[in-house]
Amino acid sequence: MRVVGELGQAGFAERLRGQGLGVRLGPFDVKVRSGIAAIEAPLYGLYRDYPLLDDERTFSMHLQLTAARAFPRLDRATVRLLVDGRAPHEDLPRGQALAVLEWGINLVIALRAHSLLMLHSGAVERGGSVMLFPAWPGSGKTTLCAALVHRGWRLFSDEFGLVRPSTIEVLPIPRPMPLKNESIDVIRAFAPEAELGPAIPNTRKGTIAHVKVPAASIRASAHSAAVRWIVFPQWVAGASLRCEEMSKADAFLMLATNAFNYEMLGEAGFAAVHRLVTAAACYRLVYSDLAEAVRLLNEMAANDASGS
Amino acid sequence: MQAAAESPAAAVRRSLTDLLRAPDGVAALPARDLDLTLRLARRVRLLGRLAERLQRRGLLAALPPAAREQLESALVVVDARARAARWELDRLLRALRSRREMRVVALKGSAYLLAGLPNAAGRVFADVDLLFAEAELAEAESLLVAHGWRGTKLSAYDQHYYRAWTHELPPLVHDEREVEADLHHNIVPRMGRLKPSGALLLARARPIPGTLFERLADPDLVLHAMTHLMFDSEMADALRDLVDIDDLLRHFSAADPEFWDALWARAEELDLARPAFYALRYAHALLGTPVPATVLRRSQRGAPVRAVVWIMDRLVPRALFPPHPDAPSRVAAIARFWLYVRSLWIRMPPLLLVRHLGYKFYVRRIRGARPIAAETRVAN
Repeated sequence: MRVVGELGQAGFAERLRGQGLGVRLGPFDVKVRSGIAAIEAPLYGLYRDYPLLDDERTFSMHLQLTAARAFPRLDRATVRLLVDGRAPHEDLPRGQALAVLEWGINLVIALRAHSLLMLHSGAVERGGSVMLFPAWPGSGKTTLCAALVHRGWRLFSDEFGLVRPSTIEVLPIPRPMPLKNESIDVIRAFAPEAELGPAIPNTRKGTIAHVKVPAASIRASAHSAAVRWIVFPQWVAGASLRCEEMSKADAFLMLATNAFNYEMLGEAGFAAVHRLVTAAACYRLVYSDLAEAVRLLNEMAANDASGS
Repeated sequence: MQAAAESPAAAVRRSLTDLLRAPDGVAALPARDLDLTLRLARRVRLLGRLAERLQRRGLLAALPPAAREQLESALVVVDARARAARWELDRLLRALRSRREMRVVALKGSAYLLAGLPNAAGRVFADVDLLFAEAELAEAESLLVAHGWRGTKLSAYDQHYYRAWTHELPPLVHDEREVEADLHHNIVPRMGRLKPSGALLLARARPIPGTLFERLADPDLVLHAMTHLMFDSEMADALRDLVDIDDLLRHFSAADPEFWDALWARAEELDLARPAFYALRYAHALLGTPVPATVLRRSQRGAPVRAVVWIMDRLVPRALFPPHPDAPSRVAAIARFWLYVRSLWIRMPPLLLVRHLGYKFYVRRIRGARPIAAETRVAN
């Protein structure tokens, strides 16, 4: 399959401005158009390894970024996100265009992918088994995923645990990982080889910078894997490392309330969450030191692999 | 090849018309045409209907994965919304009949759902609409408030707007749930041009078998759908509402040979001849609804002057059919603007309208309280 990088940066920009760029993001075929020149170079850096799609197909979603002005303050340049020609939210400052596109893709997935159980969860794979990190924003799941994928784990997602109901299979959707504020320097120090997009200041989540997904994770993104561990992470300043096994009942409640579409799926959602917590070992992880947490999770994976 | 010669607007019209007249054909479309069809169906809220049909015919499995996933997702949404609507109706009935056996008439989507009418299949439900005698409306509201429902429009202006000028109370929603309940005493705004009688509608309402709800009589049910589309909406992307009308007309006329005569007689009796004229005209022209020639002729009695019909013939299709998602048209935008103006014009007298728009402009642009465009626009 062709990859985006074969277009070269000029060809990439031409697609974005014209017919649109067709790109495969895990289970979703996405068409993106953009009239914002400033995002072309950073977007190329983040997307060059993804499978490139032709136009003779049905896409999962069509997104477009257009330049706008903040009426009546016409001096303020904004960006408008269009999904199938309509704007799902207010225009945002143009400097945030890259983040607006990434959030936009997340938004459309969350609103449209109800054929899957969508957990609000990081997901990484090692030795053919998936570890889920279900957590609310601010718990550090993106940082944890960004760290682990630079220590031998394959990225499934830092945001979505996509599970096909009636299985325990997770579908990879590796996407650029938006680090927030202090996490940016934490990852720069932890994994100097990590490729980061530009820092985008003053977003509603503070300053964010996207970590490029390693090419190997993208190349393997057609291959799902079964859940083996469910770890509810919580970053707490100054806390000492703690990792306790949880009861299935607690894990069920936490996973059900964590899912984007638990209620939407009804009975199928209940069955899916039940199947997951039954099949997986469930832990609560509290940490402050990233390197310590990564070491512990690596050991957990290694022990379980030798034990089974 | 066909697509290259065709204008974007024509492609939209063909795509959606084919979807409605021969839904099974969607499964045989080239992937690229299927792409446009799904985008348009989603926009006009017909994705669930298409999904339901294709699933029933066993045609989902053969579709390209990206299409199949979207349609399967749409089925999940349809089920979830219907489940939420049924539960809300159950809770509403419990509260409303907690003191005495109050009559509760379900309207629109709720009535289609409870009565199992054919257009309910694959239809996405939003609000729950109920009709009461005007004298009982206050009792219904106080019962719901006592059972945990709260108003969602809390500004004094909105409260006044609903209560003084429209045909419904400000929407209510229960503290623990998300489905809005709209309590009506009529089917068109109080200050509008049409004056149907709520009492006449209630007099012919009939029980829905297997439930404690009632629904409007067959002709009244269709007339309500027609009036809602032609006189209580801006018609933008409202193709789904015309599809409801088409489904209901086909269903009732097949079951009852007297239906067409009863429909027109009732349209005149209820002062709804104008919306009925328009709805029959556009259902027939755009969706091929089999309206007998005699009925189309009789419906001319509800027509406005010829110049107005000429204008509406140019505006209405441009609003009902969405613009091409990648090639928005200025003409369609202008048509939609004029229909928006018309929707306000027929809802209230001119002076009231000026006041209303002035206030809305003040709230949005000057005071800066801009409503957030709902995510649901994408969701649907």
